[in-house]
Amino acid sequence: MSYRFRDLLALEPLTADELRFLLDQSKPFQEIQKHPLKKLATLRGKTVALAFFENSTRTRISFNTAASRLGADTMNLQAEASSIKKGETLLDTAFNLNAMKPDCLVMRHSASGAADYVARYLDIPVVNAGDGTHEHPSQGLLDALTIRDRLGTIQNLNVTILGDILHSRVARSNIHLLGKFGSKFTLCGPSIWVPRELEKIAPGVPIRCVYKMEEALEGAHVIIMLRVQTERLDDPPLSANDYILLYQLHAQRLKLANRDAIVLHPGPINRGIEITPDVADGPQSCVLEQVTNGVAVRMAILYLVIAGATESGTHPALEAKPKESANATD
Amino acid sequence: MHIIEKAQLMSAEEIDRTLQRLAHEIVEKSGGTKHLALIGIVRRGVPLAQRIARAMRGIDGVDVPVGILDITLYRDDLSKVAPQAVLRSSDIPFGVDNMDLVLVDDVLYTGRTIRAAMNGIFDLGRPKRVRLCVLIDRGHREMPIEAQYTGRQVQTSDTEIIEVRLREIDKEERVVLVDRVG
Repeated sequence: MSYRFRDLLALEPLTADELRFLLDQSKPFQEIQKHPLKKLATLRGKTVALAFFENSTRTRISFNTAASRLGADTMNLQAEASSIKKGETLLDTAFNLNAMKPDCLVMRHSASGAADYVARYLDIPVVNAGDGTHEHPSQGLLDALTIRDRLGTIQNLNVTILGDILHSRVARSNIHLLGKFGSKFTLCGPSIWVPRELEKIAPGVPIRCVYKMEEALEGAHVIIMLRVQTERLDDPPLSANDYILLYQLHAQRLKLANRDAIVLHPGPINRGIEITPDVADGPQSCVLEQVTNGVAVRMAILYLVIAGATESGTHPALEAKPKESANATD
Repeated sequence: MHIIEKAQLMSAEEIDRTLQRLAHEIVEKSGGTKHLALIGIVRRGVPLAQRIARAMRGIDGVDVPVGILDITLYRDDLSKVAPQAVLRSSDIPFGVDNMDLVLVDDVLYTGRTIRAAMNGIFDLGRPKRVRLCVLIDRGHREMPIEAQYTGRQVQTSDTEIIEVRLREIDKEERVVLVDRVG
């Protein structure tokens, strides 16, 4: 078994074996996080371009840390300080970064499919660090790794995801990964964020949408909280107080879940809105383990795509269409 | 090109006897076993280290810890590795600071594996001493590295391969010399 693709664009097209391989390959990097000397020379002389067209703190720092712990250098492009503001197209920006000869491009963009699009034109591996409401593959992997470490398995779990599922790429990556291992999903939140169409996003995976939190928590092994984007709270006519009343995860509600249930949150947390501090900091919370595992997962991803860059094949997400000419313009 | 078996270098009994001897040599020359620990290099160094440790238990009940080290991430030939060598877990369940370490591997050849292993070890701490024990030394060194404990020295040509087959991994137990022909 190996990771045979050039890019990592989405988890949906990967098989259970491929996903398990990615998780297994993260283990040696988890151990390195515990070493007194955490820096390897494995990717010495390689350069990772980090292009974050959408704001991000945690994911960018995590990829940056992963690259530097592997001995690679990074180039950083951040939306606010970049020429995107000056009207450059996405593809021109990507070509310009590529002209500085990085060995890999890690990118986040607010448009779904942006990483796929750029990958079709570049000759280096592209890693999707979140594209619109599509996927966030490294988050899906680090969540699965955290769950596997805590519960000993990712097979056949009852997974409850709470919050703004409609706009969440994290939820989609979680569903596409854990769904391949027989998990059942319960999605819960205000109905405008949890439309019934979501039940069909992963054919073959049992997904149900419920609107009562008490019902959603019953029997859950894993509870994945999503950040409530307070800027979106105007969108459903719901006040923060109503949201807290109906959907906040607090200690009383947590008791409805399985006794050993664990709580995940991709961060940043709005303490006192979607989750109470006693739950966020409690023994069932895995929030900080997720962050630690994030660096390990991203080290594994960078190692696999860069070390394997010479001979690997097309990411399945790109197989649908043939590679287009690198001369094409936006 | 095909591969032919030229000779058997060691039988199962010879491997066993050799490991017993190596265990004795290491204990004798260590000047105390209080800080002694073995580190098996993935893959075949691991069962060899475990067997040497077991043999040591038979020598006045000397009990030494055994660690496992995967050197893939420390290699200097990233681009030449078969794409994406599978990483295995390292597991060194003791602090290496001030320890008296013996690295254990099956075959000593260019010395590059041992160079990588030492980088890996020094990322974990600062051992007091590091020695090397191998079952077979086949020559052709490309690094200034020698083994302190050698099961057997074998003269080989560049095209020849030494295959150490161990029951834990290969379901058989012998050392053979094979050659690439054609």
